[in-house]
Amino acid sequence: MSDARSEILGAVRDAIAKSHGSAAGGPTDIHADARSRLADHAANLIPARGRLGRKARVDLFIREAERVNATVARVSSTSGVPREVARFLAKNNLPMSLKIAPETSEDTIPWTEQTLLKVEEGRADGTEHASVSHAFAGVAETGTLVVLSGPGNPTTLNFLPPTHICVVAAPEIAGDYEEVWSRLRSEKAGEETGGGFMPRTVNWITGPSRTADIEQTLLLGAHGPQRLHIVIVDE
Amino acid sequence: MKSTAANFEDNAEKALADDKLKAALSKLSEGFPAKRREAADRLPEFESLRDQARDIKSHVLANLDFYLEQFEARVVESGGTVHWCRTAAEARTTILRICRNAGAKTVTKSKSMIGEEIAINEHLEHHGVEPVETDLGEYIIQLRHEPPSHIIAPAIHLSKEQVADTFRKSHPHLAPERALEEPRALLEEARSELRQKFLAADVGLTGANMLIAETGSIALVTNEGNADLTYSLPKTHIAIASLEKIVPTLEDATTILRVLARSATGQDMSVYNTFCTGPKRAQDLDGPEDFHIVLLDNGRSKMLGGEFHDMLRCIRCGACLNHCPVYKSIGGHAYGWVYSGPMGAVLIPNLIGLDEAGHLPNASTLCGKCEDVCPMRIPLPRMLRSWRTQQFEAGKTAPLSRSLLRAWAFVTARPWLYRIMVAPAVSALAALGRKGGRFRRLPLAGGWTKHRDLPAPEGGTFVSRWNRGERPGEKKP
Repeated sequence: MSDARSEILGAVRDAIAKSHGSAAGGPTDIHADARSRLADHAANLIPARGRLGRKARVDLFIREAERVNATVARVSSTSGVPREVARFLAKNNLPMSLKIAPETSEDTIPWTEQTLLKVEEGRADGTEHASVSHAFAGVAETGTLVVLSGPGNPTTLNFLPPTHICVVAAPEIAGDYEEVWSRLRSEKAGEETGGGFMPRTVNWITGPSRTADIEQTLLLGAHGPQRLHIVIVDE
Repeated sequence: MKSTAANFEDNAEKALADDKLKAALSKLSEGFPAKRREAADRLPEFESLRDQARDIKSHVLANLDFYLEQFEARVVESGGTVHWCRTAAEARTTILRICRNAGAKTVTKSKSMIGEEIAINEHLEHHGVEPVETDLGEYIIQLRHEPPSHIIAPAIHLSKEQVADTFRKSHPHLAPERALEEPRALLEEARSELRQKFLAADVGLTGANMLIAETGSIALVTNEGNADLTYSLPKTHIAIASLEKIVPTLEDATTILRVLARSATGQDMSVYNTFCTGPKRAQDLDGPEDFHIVLLDNGRSKMLGGEFHDMLRCIRCGACLNHCPVYKSIGGHAYGWVYSGPMGAVLIPNLIGLDEAGHLPNASTLCGKCEDVCPMRIPLPRMLRSWRTQQFEAGKTAPLSRSLLRAWAFVTARPWLYRIMVAPAVSALAALGRKGGRFRRLPLAGGWTKHRDLPAPEGGTFVSRWNRGERPGEKKP
């Protein structure tokens, strides 16, 4: 349908040229502003809310995440994660089994050393009760997790199981989303298909799944998880 | 979907007589506006962010050809395909072809207004592919064979009893005596029915809230997580979007997301904001192997640079519906097509013509609330007036309205005549209505007063009060 492409672009160009009054224009690049906008990808206005020092930023992240019905726990190091997760599962009467993202495997988190947890690595298939994935960052402004897809962090873990546990490092909790985009650009530059920095999926997750489609009654646990538990590792 | 916009007057009449609808709409008009206000108050920068969001979209529209080409190039680099479609028919054909190539029997769908606009479900069904809506509200109305009545809350017109009825009829394999009184039970039933569909689907069809030129990504916004199961489980992901959904950068998308959820549901941020770029990567354990973007014009390029250019900034948040006195009285179905409310009254005539949808721009009191709350500051009342003017100029206004408008124009252009005619009428109405303060019935205006009261004037005409020395904000002397 290359025909459709040139026809649509032609119609768009004509309309734009008309409103620019193209008769007066010469060879000047009418898209110069757009070109620099893409190259600069400058931040627009960033709300003051998230612009805080590290401690206050983490506190705000927790407050905002709890405000949208997530639960949050803090542990001092990764070796504390399994105990916290076991405590959380027990408290909610959930089985001691987990599907975990390869990034959070036994090499990084000692799941079975001190707990009775049964862990299996991989993607979710709809049979598991609870999953663990790893957040690239947190955003204090709204208590949002930023989770990247990749071989070590399958997307389905964030959505299929009714309970989602997500691990985030305290130093990686940013004030605002813009900080996270900058970090992604610099840390992943050239790593992805086509030389870009975007993985297949970037998920911003703000609280557990919900719907108000029936009589505007707010219910948690629509298609995604009903529980979102965030474990912050202070390190 | 076949439009019934031409029957707007009958549709509205029926809607006004529907008590269930009235109850549902009163819930909506209490809920959404208060939540929006609260979210806006929590963010001191909200108004400035609205200005920036407007400017971003205006900039995009002035450079749309450039951004579309950039977007396409990035999509191709990341391994996806862009399909350009001039019309709804071309988009339907393209989507069906991709489904056939994927050998698809079932397609899961997350809510897309463009999907409604091109009536993709009917087309797929007709050709033996089963489309399954997965947003709870959309699932309910799909079972009922109804169009959405609200952009972001498609089943807002239904009570939980009506939903329970629908589920009993549509899920005959479940125990007939099961309890379905509570919304929670209805949600659980839909969730478990749809779980199987998600896992079995061959193609996932989503909309796109934005297309990001910088990276070739699409942005998806949901609260339920249905879009995320729709694109991450099947082998093929198709996203459908119209041209004007483009934004330049991730930062620009972020600014728009900051105003979108606040304007729509009054959340600071929707639960799931997702950015998809290309198909899954070689080592990924999940995600689609094929990624297609169906890019639809369907009348947008014609709006560009014209009277309705600013409408292309719309991000489909629904705030104008939630605050519109007309929408809140008649709901979305009365508008007769897939969009409704003030944005629908401006957009629909652009897409299906003024002959079919000529009533819609008249279904407004021009109170201006829609423009006040629009995150993109779209001058909706101005555009509604443009349609009315076009209608009048084309001789499409009804003869009686036409003569009355002419008479009105004659009188208002002559202040002395206006005063002579209005002053006695105001005094008479004021005297007659002194008791109740309002008229429930008026001679010759029975149609008008059937569903509303006319407030009785008090204290004389504006000019007489001004001449007495009254000024705005002062109490009557």
